[in-house]
Amino acid sequence: MIVAERKPMAEIIGMVKDCKKVLVLACRGCVTVCSAGGEREAEILSSLIRLGMKKEGKSVETTIGSLVRQCDREYIDEIDQWKGQYDAVVSTACGVGVNFISNLRKDTMVYPALNTTFFGGSSEQGEWTEQCAGCGDCILHLTGGLCPVARCAKSLMNGPCGGSVDGKCEIAKDVECVWQSIHDRLCSFDRSAQMEVITPIRDWSTAGHGGPRKTVRDDLTV
Amino acid sequence: MSFDPAITLFSCHYTSQQSCAEEGNELEQLGFPSSIRLVRVPCTGKLQVTTLLQAFEDGADGVYVVGCPADGCHNVKGSVRAAKRVAAVRAALEELGVEGGRVEMYHLPRGLHPEFVEKGKEMDGRIRDLGPSPF
Repeated sequence: MIVAERKPMAEIIGMVKDCKKVLVLACRGCVTVCSAGGEREAEILSSLIRLGMKKEGKSVETTIGSLVRQCDREYIDEIDQWKGQYDAVVSTACGVGVNFISNLRKDTMVYPALNTTFFGGSSEQGEWTEQCAGCGDCILHLTGGLCPVARCAKSLMNGPCGGSVDGKCEIAKDVECVWQSIHDRLCSFDRSAQMEVITPIRDWSTAGHGGPRKTVRDDLTV
Repeated sequence: MSFDPAITLFSCHYTSQQSCAEEGNELEQLGFPSSIRLVRVPCTGKLQVTTLLQAFEDGADGVYVVGCPADGCHNVKGSVRAAKRVAAVRAALEELGVEGGRVEMYHLPRGLHPEFVEKGKEMDGRIRDLGPSPF
């Protein structure tokens, strides 16, 4: 899922300081699962916006809405049901949602309530860790299913580096060295020889270094 | 500047039993501050962050929660969950530039115990020192 976390309240209050009516718009997709921008978090944020504005001597009316997702055209259209009830939208979706609303609603000012952080999974309750960098050229079949692009601090293609000690990365004692994990996992499948294969210099154009990425499926376009 | 604070207490059914004793008069007789409005809940684990924030929106100068001992909650983890939510509200208040001490969590034994009154007095004194809510 896409993992995100709420922005500092001072930043959010700064966005809406001139608004009289705000639509706090939750997303029932990834950010609900990672407890950053679902309906519950939108309710909390609404209350904090009202309190924060009141502290600044201003009043603001908040409406809470939610969409199935904010990353599909058909769901964005549902914003019309709150027409006239807001000066601006504070979206608790990831950055994709904020962009989609901006793309599709030319007359709607939309502000991001979240910092979108990474593609990850819930490693334990209340904790999410980065697992994928969305680099566009997956090599997981060569690395035992563990991603060095996302999980190695240096995104090394030929690791581990000299900073790997006792299975931990040199950046912090609680960060695994994913190359140690890759080694251990390949060994467990009797594929340690894969560690000897030198991965050549990588073409990073698929990772966004070649500009914004786009996927077109001809079989789905009519 | 002295003022009469409005404090909202959310207390679990088990730790606020003395509020029912003597037809509800015992707390007053024991010196429980009159500034505190007691809201009894079946379990503090049911309290949401929004419930605590709403109390501030409704005009409370301070809000606190009294639940079972952390290692002895009647509902196993209810009071631990409540403590986490109180901590989240405290962090949010501080983000808004408001004293985090305006919200507190206490884990107290169930039944009739003087600590229930003592913590009420402690919270009353704290909020009087902090002054009116900036909200």
